[in-house]
Amino acid sequence: MSEHARPAPVAAPFWTPGVLVLLFLMINAGFFIVARYIGGLAAVTHLSQTRPWGLWIGIDVATGVALAAGGFTTAALAHIFGRHHYEAVTRPALLTAMLGYTFVAIGLVIDIGRSWAIWKPLVFWQPNSVLFEVAMCVVIYLHVLYIEFIPVVAERFGDRIRILAVLNRILDKTMWIFIIAGVVLSCMHQSGLGSLMLIAPTKVHPLWYTPLLPLLFLLSAIAVGYPMVIFETTIATASLKLEDEMEVLSPLSRITIGLLGIYLALKIGDMVVRGTYVYLADGSSESISFLVEIIFGVIVPWILLMCPAVRRSRRWLFITCAMIVGGVALNRINVFLVAFNTPYAEQSYFPSIGEISITAGLIAGIIFMYRIAVTYLPVISARRREVTS
Amino acid sequence: MELSRRGFFKVMGASGAALAATPGKAKATWKSKAPPDAYGCLVDLGRCIGCRKCELACNKVNGLPEPEKPFDDVTVFNQRRRPDDKAFTVVNRYYTGRTDERNQPKPTFVKVQCMHCQDPACASACITGALHKNENGAVTWNPAKCIGCRYCMVACPFQIPAYEYSNPITPRVRKCTFCFDRISEEGGTPGCAAICPVEAITFGRRSELLKLAHQRIKRDPVNYVQHVYGEKEVGGTSWLYISQVPFEKIDSYNMPTRQIPKLTETIQHTIFSYLWAPITLFGILGGAMWTLNRQQITGKSGPGKEKEDRS
Ligand code: SF4
Ligand code: SF4
Ligand code: SF4
Repeated sequence: MSEHARPAPVAAPFWTPGVLVLLFLMINAGFFIVARYIGGLAAVTHLSQTRPWGLWIGIDVATGVALAAGGFTTAALAHIFGRHHYEAVTRPALLTAMLGYTFVAIGLVIDIGRSWAIWKPLVFWQPNSVLFEVAMCVVIYLHVLYIEFIPVVAERFGDRIRILAVLNRILDKTMWIFIIAGVVLSCMHQSGLGSLMLIAPTKVHPLWYTPLLPLLFLLSAIAVGYPMVIFETTIATASLKLEDEMEVLSPLSRITIGLLGIYLALKIGDMVVRGTYVYLADGSSESISFLVEIIFGVIVPWILLMCPAVRRSRRWLFITCAMIVGGVALNRINVFLVAFNTPYAEQSYFPSIGEISITAGLIAGIIFMYRIAVTYLPVISARRREVTS
Repeated sequence: MELSRRGFFKVMGASGAALAATPGKAKATWKSKAPPDAYGCLVDLGRCIGCRKCELACNKVNGLPEPEKPFDDVTVFNQRRRPDDKAFTVVNRYYTGRTDERNQPKPTFVKVQCMHCQDPACASACITGALHKNENGAVTWNPAKCIGCRYCMVACPFQIPAYEYSNPITPRVRKCTFCFDRISEEGGTPGCAAICPVEAITFGRRSELLKLAHQRIKRDPVNYVQHVYGEKEVGGTSWLYISQVPFEKIDSYNMPTRQIPKLTETIQHTIFSYLWAPITLFGILGGAMWTLNRQQITGKSGPGKEKEDRS
């Protein structure tokens, strides 16, 4: 059925200017990480007694997890619902998810005050805590992702490294368990992430504070999964000069119409039922941020996606998906940063250079590792274009 | 092939059995975990004279660092202060428009510390249970469990837990301990309550203090606001306040009467009791895979997989 070529390492030159920029960002972040472990969080962040969670939780963790949703949504589509047509994108999506979650974990280690104590939740269980549930799911899911990735590595290095081949043979029979478990775990912690802020009803702005937050987080994660795959595949194929894979991406974007529509309907319905639209016109930074999130992050791209011409055009599809990705990212930033205000706060929060640098460095790290992985492992199916001109 | 087919049904059967074992139990009703006979303190703002002796005592009994300005320096009142990692309690001064008999503006002094909520959000949020509501009412922090995630600070509606951000390796969450060790002893009282020269802070059983509080405000309805702050706020707190000026004017904000952890705990326990939701989802997805993409389970090659078959 799949008329696709099999995934293969990409033979593109590695040391491009872009890769050097990534390297610079990573080294820069490295300095700030050292500073964090010498002077404490106070030395590199603008966190305070009234602002315990900042940019790292908002972007590295919350947004990172949301945008890694392509991993479980494509796995569900191709492996569970048997739509083999989409198999070409499952490996890149799996790789992104694996790297994304790895860097979520790294971000968390840097953020928590006692990095060395990160293992303690495994021993001291606290099932009342949403954070505990999220942490457990993320830890288990991270391992599931690594397991799902073993066949990819084995395909390449199985001959040389015996253990890989052995593991791969075991996984041949049991992979379905991990695939389903991955989807289940994702649903659990994507929604769990939404429950996190429900513990602070007096601090989270009513535009976002709703008991439906976990459901909204889950639906938006599912909705952003395919757009994220389209977004990154387009960037990857463009920068590595590969075929554009539009025959997979276009139908993928069609599924997104429905998923994004459900999210939009629930989000607006929730606003109407709770009557929070009264806050929309007050001109506060919260209301503006909310409007940007919902108009440019959901409504406009949703309408765009309904035009077949947009879905067929590589450029327009990319722009549309970038908007959806941006919209979900902004939603997470809104919930964790913009919406969070305590009446006791003396000053408002804006991330420091150190926080921004480390976040940028972590994102650069993901892209850098992705670049290495596709160069040495059979991840991408698209073939390199003949470079003419 | 047959083997893995049987393997599939074994796993699916197990999840089905787990599900069947939990009929009806899945609906968890939330119950308050408030200790039945907690201690508390009643702070009578009508009595407080702003001497800051309680700050001093707190500093001493908890071995806290020397403050920048001494405890008899009244210039600290020029700013609103909050408890932080170096001071578990602070007294603030408010001018709310009241005047005394000589027509001078009359200040109101407000002592701030952890409220020791009956169902504390901080303890419910804490990822490891490092924060804990003790039977005697005190909410205390256990350094052996804390990982420094600061979710407690996100959760606390009174913004009490403070963090040692400058410590790179072993930062602590700092907050009023309700003098746990002192009140655990027979006849012991918190440092701040013991030193107060005008008995503005009364230590005792919360149930007794509630009665006392209502007595006092009823006895003097002209001066006292008819409200006991902490009786109903966030489902009740161990520390209670009565005041002669409206609470909104002294930064004692309006709080929901619902226990803060109720919503999240209800969601958590509804979804995760006996893991019924994840197991059901696993079962549904397994069924979908069995109908739509069986080769993934049986290993039988589908059309798309021929090429990668080793045989
Ligand atoms: S006031 Fe805050 S820190 Fe104190 S018990 Fe309540 S939630 Fe916890
Ligand atoms: S910072 Fe420590 S005490 Fe606070 S929630 Fe995290 S682990 Fe618990
Ligand atoms: S109870 Fe103890 S720790 Fe709390 S404010 Fe009073 S003296 Fe300080």
